[in-house]
Amino acid sequence: MVNKIWLALILIGFIFAVLKGDINTVTKAAFDGAATGVTVSFGLISVLVFWLGIMRLAEDSGLVKVISRVLGPVVSFLFPDVPKNHPAMGYILSNMSANLLGLGNAATPMGIRAMQELQELNPDKETASPAMCTLLALNTASITLIPTTLIAIRLNFHSANATEIVGSTLLATAVATAAAIVADRWYRRRSIRRTLPPSSPPTLSLKR
Amino acid sequence: MLDWINVLSAWAVPVMIAFIPLYAYLKRIPVYESFVDGAKDGFSTAIGIIPHLVGMMVAISVFRASGALDFFVGWMTPLLESLRVPPEVLPLGILRPLTGTGSLAFTTDLIKTYGPDSMIGRIASTVQGSTDTTLYVLTVYFGAVGIKNGRYALKVGLFSDIVGFIAAICVCLLMFS
Repeated sequence: MVNKIWLALILIGFIFAVLKGDINTVTKAAFDGAATGVTVSFGLISVLVFWLGIMRLAEDSGLVKVISRVLGPVVSFLFPDVPKNHPAMGYILSNMSANLLGLGNAATPMGIRAMQELQELNPDKETASPAMCTLLALNTASITLIPTTLIAIRLNFHSANATEIVGSTLLATAVATAAAIVADRWYRRRSIRRTLPPSSPPTLSLKR
Repeated sequence: MLDWINVLSAWAVPVMIAFIPLYAYLKRIPVYESFVDGAKDGFSTAIGIIPHLVGMMVAISVFRASGALDFFVGWMTPLLESLRVPPEVLPLGILRPLTGTGSLAFTTDLIKTYGPDSMIGRIASTVQGSTDTTLYVLTVYFGAVGIKNGRYALKVGLFSDIVGFIAAICVCLLMFS
């Protein structure tokens, strides 16, 4: 799907530029976009280097294991394939709590560490595992308790009640997250059904 | 409740920065060396994301700059007007999953033009705050570990964006009118 969306964005853009008789926009936009991609990645360097350093300390000291042991049961139903007490669970939880608190630049490195741990469990290194898809579903919906950036912008433009959107945001994000979890479950079930031959129940293969 | 969460947000990072190294030290970990060792991976991870992010940003940038985005927005405006949704917020629904900075700029502009306490300002704030940039999250997370086939993750992300966008509008219309 990502292949089609990617190609569609470029081709539709190209056709519109041709119809508008402004073909130079394509060249300029392409290189502007490439520059943005590099700038954003470079911006991630400092954040990633710092947080991965801190997280190595959390890992070496056993803190990640403690977190996954204490809080793991809360979210383990979302990640049935991740073994109990696996460090991935600790990172998934750190990522979720950072998202909840609106700590975007801490959430991303923790999410990436979680992805690296999930990749170790993943039998096919080029294809996403179901647990990875669930983690991404949670992150794209991003449950945030306080949308700090938005409150700041609203204050900037002299809102009479800058925080009145906290409730509405929380409700909307809860609905979006629920939708993400349900959709993720549905696709996961469907993909499992597809990989198993429909006539032989899974217990048969275990006996052999 | 709100103040309490704000305080928690402000304290979370400083406390982590102080507590994690202290805890590690008490567990007899060579803290500085261990930090540097872990930090090493940060650079290569960030560099590994570049090709993915450049690819995505080029496509999105071409799509926006060519005027294709504006066209689709204009095309859907009458439909929204008939549902009594302010059509000004629609571009945000399309921009939000594609670009974080782009949608933030658009939200800021809406708040500036119509005022933060207008219905448009409230809907824009709620939409912007309630979901993350799906394409960016997917690109960065999958890019960081070299996953090429993301399977159904994109569909799930876009689906939850649509649901979140509709939910944000409904909640605002119900709460603030």
